[in-house]
Amino acid sequence: MSTIRGRLITIGILMVISILALIPRNVTQRVMDKATGRMKDTTVRQVPINLGLDLQGGIHLALEVDESKGPVPDCADAIQRAQRVVRTRIDEFGTTEPVVQIQGRCRLIVELAGEKDPARAKSIIARTAFLEFRITDMKNLFQTTLPQIDAALRRAGVKSRGAAPSAVSQLFGADTSKASRDSAADANAPGALSSLLFQGQLAGEFLVPEEQGEVVDSLIQRPDVKQLIPRGIELKWGAQVESRGAKSYRALYAVESRPIITGEELQKATARRDQLTNQSVVEFVLSRRGGRKFGEETARHVGDYMAIILDNRVQGQPPVIKSQINTRGQIELGSKPLQEASDLALVLRAGALPAPLTIVDEQTIGPSLGADSINDGVRAGVVGVVLVILIMIGYYRLSGALAVAALTLYCLFTLAGLSAFGFTLTLPGLAGFVLSIGIAVDANVLIFERIREELVHGKSLRLAVDDGFKHAMNAIVDSNVSTALTAFILYLVGTGPVKGFAITLIIGIAASMVSAIFVVKTFFLIWLQRRPAMTTLSV
Amino acid sequence: MIRLFANANYDFIKWARWAYLITAAIMVVGMGFLATRGLNYSIEFTGGTLLQVETKTAVGTGRIRQALDGVGLRGAEIQTFGSDTSYVIRARISAAAGEGDTVAVAAAVGRALDASAGAGEYRVVRTQAVQPKVGKELQGKAFLAIILSFFVTLVYLAARFEWRFGLAAVLATAHDVLATIAFISVMHLEVSLIVVGAVLTVVGYSLNDTIIIFDRVRENLHKYRRQNLYEILNLSINETLPRSVLTHGTTIATTLALLLLAGEVIRPFAWVMSFGIFTGTFSSIYIAAPILLLIEKRWPGEDARGARALGARAPTPASPMAPAVPKSIPGPTAPRVPTR
Repeated sequence: MSTIRGRLITIGILMVISILALIPRNVTQRVMDKATGRMKDTTVRQVPINLGLDLQGGIHLALEVDESKGPVPDCADAIQRAQRVVRTRIDEFGTTEPVVQIQGRCRLIVELAGEKDPARAKSIIARTAFLEFRITDMKNLFQTTLPQIDAALRRAGVKSRGAAPSAVSQLFGADTSKASRDSAADANAPGALSSLLFQGQLAGEFLVPEEQGEVVDSLIQRPDVKQLIPRGIELKWGAQVESRGAKSYRALYAVESRPIITGEELQKATARRDQLTNQSVVEFVLSRRGGRKFGEETARHVGDYMAIILDNRVQGQPPVIKSQINTRGQIELGSKPLQEASDLALVLRAGALPAPLTIVDEQTIGPSLGADSINDGVRAGVVGVVLVILIMIGYYRLSGALAVAALTLYCLFTLAGLSAFGFTLTLPGLAGFVLSIGIAVDANVLIFERIREELVHGKSLRLAVDDGFKHAMNAIVDSNVSTALTAFILYLVGTGPVKGFAITLIIGIAASMVSAIFVVKTFFLIWLQRRPAMTTLSV
Repeated sequence: MIRLFANANYDFIKWARWAYLITAAIMVVGMGFLATRGLNYSIEFTGGTLLQVETKTAVGTGRIRQALDGVGLRGAEIQTFGSDTSYVIRARISAAAGEGDTVAVAAAVGRALDASAGAGEYRVVRTQAVQPKVGKELQGKAFLAIILSFFVTLVYLAARFEWRFGLAAVLATAHDVLATIAFISVMHLEVSLIVVGAVLTVVGYSLNDTIIIFDRVRENLHKYRRQNLYEILNLSINETLPRSVLTHGTTIATTLALLLLAGEVIRPFAWVMSFGIFTGTFSSIYIAAPILLLIEKRWPGEDARGARALGARAPTPASPMAPAVPKSIPGPTAPRVPTR
């Protein structure tokens, strides 16, 4: 009894975990806002299974360094720079989770699920990276104009959305609020923009709660606000989202419009760990011309902060200029990990030596085709499953029905496995899943045939079931392991959809071992216990 | 209770020579097709441009062809894809063409379609542009995958069974791969990555099937000490016959569902799998088992009764434990060799 209970509990836990893994959840998706033409985040509820490009439509690009206009000495470095650049542009794509990864040494794979416009995607990827150093708004010119901006926004009828409305404004009824808009009381209400900006650690740095990022962005893009931003100052978003305590923030920087130097003057950038101070350091070398210019500028700006801007995004926190720098300089990142220094060095190199890229493999799949594929695949799957159920129940009767019950668990486990490990379901994967249903019953067929044999040999029911399972095990393990091995090789060697197929097959094999052996055995144990007097087994 | 092939007692191994003959015939035909027609590689492997378009009305391949000729794309293949409003246009890269051509081709096809179907009358639902360099790499990878899977299986089987079993299983599987490639050539299926995946799945499936039988052989070798290998092989195949019928039945059911219902993209995959199930079943019984016998004859093992299998002509008494054991088995047709 206790073994049965233990088994049932295990099955129950597995089922709960699987169902939890498959419950639809909220996913943020970036979509193009029709009105403004910019990307914005929306939330959709969906079953958390990643669909491959071939099922949801999208663009797959493989890029390599273009060597047609002269050889590129270090293609691996060039591709890493390109990857860094494409990553900074990631939120320009209309997709949930763009894949930007290096394949092998010198190839960059970019996968944009859901993106419909290949020309736009290619232009975003292929655009030359632009790196510049700019001094932040040291005189707080922007901050001093914030009240003016707030006032302008108030005049334009933009309500403050950031903090909770103040007690004062709540006192007024709905009818009087209009009249009081310009009154002194309302001037004390939080400003539409200033209430969303928190003073950062250095001059010109503001922190914006991540969820308010869009609101702030739309406000600072307004023409009336742009007009009020002081001459010579521009606003640039930080590249990374930082978490402070429980909340995440995105930094907004007020920087001078004039760059003190641009990427073309940079010649080299490397990261290292200082042996003496144990600090992460990025060293860079400028051209002679650039060094002269940089020396003049840094001499004037000692003690100021210098934002490193790649493709309009401030990378990391702006470092302070400690002394005049000519052709050789270094950026100290303190106790931050070397990884961060390497990343910054990559940013500098990316801006310095734009990697000319060429597209070696391009695939676009329309969303309608993907939807058709899902429909056809599911239809084939349903028919296949029905046939398998008919065969199993027709041949093995009640035992077959138990196997079919285990098969539903198999489907649940496989889909949950795909979801839990974040693997991608592709069209060949879907076919592999359908195929694996046919193969999954193999273990049960082996077991049932064994039980029949043991019964023919005159063994008692209980013994026949036990021995049937025991004797079939060798064959099941060997055959499944060898199939898994070939699937694993397919996974290693294959790309895209084929990898998805291999993954589905491997997860399917693992799930079928659990469902066909453990679950069906449990069913048999319960069955035998309920009917101790049973003399013939419906197998 | 339905029991298929219960207590079956067929002398499968006797037909090994016929099986070799059939295999040889299939191979000759297949290699003939391969030599004359070759394989129809997809543009993933050759490099080139593919467009799948859906038109509002049935334009017909003829008109598309004319239009493509009009913009100078003479070599392009045009096929309907599932229905007569869905077309696939393939322009393979000729050796002379430059690298950056794929994109230009796509643009040219667009112009041609505007001319033949009219702008707005068609929709491009899928495009693919691959440079030949990538295709070359992919060919190498596919080949590597198949070889690697053989090697890994050989090692695994050698560890789990014995190298003789491993070799026999791998040879039988190699047969399946060749037969499947021959099938692909005869059917003129397009060799895409998905089809390579199907071939590897056939490898896994066929090995799986062979292993089920070999596992029984291993067990029976321990169980029936007095039978020779010839008899053990036959006995094991017969014992596993019900399982083979059932499992192949369910797998065929699912591949047929895929073949008929899962759409054009999956169809080549389903064809290869359906054929693979047949050849995998065939080879497990008629190739793997007889080859194991041959290997045992050539390199007799310690326990496996290879030499005795060919030497002992007298029927050995069946074990009292096993009613399923054939009472007598006709002698093998293989030439007599001296007993060890």
